[in-house]
Amino acid sequence: MTTLSLDGLGKRFGSFTALADVTADIPSGAFVCLLGPSGCGKTTLLRLIAGLEPPSDGRLLVGGTDQTHTPTHRRDFGMVFQSLALFPHLSVAENIAYPLTIRNVPRARRRQRTEELLELVRLPGMGARRIHQLSGGQRQRVAIARGLAIDPSVFLLDEPLSALDANLREHMQVELRELQQRLGVTTILVTHDQKEALTMADIVIVIKDGRVQQIGPPMEVYRNPANAFVAGFIGTSNLLACRLSAQGQHVTVAEREIALTPGDVVQAQPGGAAVLSIRPEDVELSPSVGDSDLPATVTFIRDLGESVQVSLDCGDHTLVATMPPRARPDAQVGAQVGLQFASGRRVVLAP
Amino acid sequence: MSSNSLHATPGWLALLPAAVLAVLFLVPFGIMVGVSFAHRAPGGFFEPGFDLTSYARVFTPFVGRVIVTSVTLSAAAATICVALAFPFVVFLTQLGRAAQTVILVFLLAVLSLSEVIIGFSISTLLSQTAGIGNLLVWLGVIDAPQAYTPSLFALLVGLCYLGFPYTVLVLYPPVARIDPELPEAARVMGASPVRIFFTVLLPMLRKPLIGALILVFVFTLGAFLLPQVLGRPVHWTLSVHITDQAIFQSNMPFAAAMAVILLLVSLAMIGVTLLLGGRERGAR
Ligand SMILES: Nc1ncnc2c1ncn2[C@@H]1O[C@H](COP(=O)(O)OP(=O)(O)O)[C@@H](O)[C@H]1O
Ligand SMILES: [Mg+2]
Repeated sequence: MTTLSLDGLGKRFGSFTALADVTADIPSGAFVCLLGPSGCGKTTLLRLIAGLEPPSDGRLLVGGTDQTHTPTHRRDFGMVFQSLALFPHLSVAENIAYPLTIRNVPRARRRQRTEELLELVRLPGMGARRIHQLSGGQRQRVAIARGLAIDPSVFLLDEPLSALDANLREHMQVELRELQQRLGVTTILVTHDQKEALTMADIVIVIKDGRVQQIGPPMEVYRNPANAFVAGFIGTSNLLACRLSAQGQHVTVAEREIALTPGDVVQAQPGGAAVLSIRPEDVELSPSVGDSDLPATVTFIRDLGESVQVSLDCGDHTLVATMPPRARPDAQVGAQVGLQFASGRRVVLAP
Repeated sequence: MSSNSLHATPGWLALLPAAVLAVLFLVPFGIMVGVSFAHRAPGGFFEPGFDLTSYARVFTPFVGRVIVTSVTLSAAAATICVALAFPFVVFLTQLGRAAQTVILVFLLAVLSLSEVIIGFSISTLLSQTAGIGNLLVWLGVIDAPQAYTPSLFALLVGLCYLGFPYTVLVLYPPVARIDPELPEAARVMGASPVRIFFTVLLPMLRKPLIGALILVFVFTLGAFLLPQVLGRPVHWTLSVHITDQAIFQSNMPFAAAMAVILLLVSLAMIGVTLLLGGRERGAR
């Protein structure tokens, strides 16, 4: 098994900096999701790790040895490209066996391994098919099987599920995660879908404009975002402009003071402008407006079956609150309600 | 998608090019076939008839040898052109946009050179008095300048010069269209650049490569000037003899009969090439 260290990796294309100072230590067998909006440099980072692009700065350590300048074809990695990059001139079995053929593995062993892999990705008996005879989900599995054929030390995937429809995508997320846990291969998956990251990852690396914003386990990143960008990108979050008191004891939002309690996270300078981040499930509604409540008007109610989503307007801000159906407020659109934010779940971020 | 666009275009539109083709190609071809059976009149002309004399002359060991020479020369030129142009095009597509454009424009410019100019340029370049022999002497490689023309080597250089730009232009679009992630995927899976060339690019481009082979083969089969300028008389191809008979010996029926045979031989060679290319695919 293999640890992976990214040590100050950077990439410039001409004068454009696509990635700057990416540093992360990835433990052996971890499932890492690179998460960020389109164009933030996720693919570039994956290509640096695979050696398909030389880094402008920094080093890459694989299992403790410096492989920054090891040619791609000597790295023994597996990779699933965004386009899948299956060979149209080869059958499914020949595609999966390609890395073995390149390594001159004997034919019998090759055939046996291909059968194993087809079983693994649940495509038994499909070896003789041509690539164009497969559905999107099946191609996906072939690409994954091909990437795993040599028992790679590091398995890289670039948005492998983005082309699939929602149902199949969720199914494949769970399957891929189970497969990875069974094999214990150090895996890095690129995605711009935060749900996908939350479903699969041991570690999430959030990137914006070529810079790492936060690294951590998904729930920690969700509960304790490092900044307003992360809070808004991972899950939905209500971001409210506020002021943090000089002692950092309370925040002022829309002229209401909210006392902070233990468990609330403060990452802003006391006595200055800040952003209060509240998850929709942490917004509590009451039919009457108490003294410490934030007054708001209900603008829309969406019944989503498993949950209810209430849109609210409180003057300067619009908020979203979600709750289970049994906690559905007895309020109509246009009703005046009071808002409370669950104590211990409030995050005060630098603006 | 392609079947959609086929249906979107009314079929009768194809009639126009078909008619043009019939008038410009089939009619002269018919006349040529007619002439090949014509009766040669003593005054250097011919009169219509059904005379097999010309074909009798075609099926002689001499013309047989000439046909073998022609086919071998063109096949060699086609093979060399494709063998050189294919790696060149792969390299070309990896360059930047600007560099690609410059090189493609340069190759297009080469296309505007006629067979005559190419023939005499290469003849001069390989001559004893003004050729590269002098350069080699100056470099100390050889003692005295020598002529490298006329020779088989000079002739092949000429034919390849003629065919190379066409080969590049035929191969460029399909090579450029290959998803760059395919060779990259092969690289991640452990293939060296040479293995990628033979296991990914070559098999994926079999059809365009066969097309390029056929194009250069047919194209150089028609060359009638280069063999005379750069080759020895043993390298004279059927095209040279056809020109000779038609223009200098005024034997139109014999020239026409040889032209018909040349066409049949080309078609046969193309058929064999396609068959070989297709069979390999079926066997996979
Ligand atoms: N070869 C390249 N040359 C110039 N710019 C590039 C190149 N590859 C990527 N970029 C730029 O780097 C940025 C990050 O790209 P990429 O890593 O593909 O983003 P992501 O995968 O996160 O969507 C983009 O702005 C893109 O235009
Ligand atoms: Mg990308």
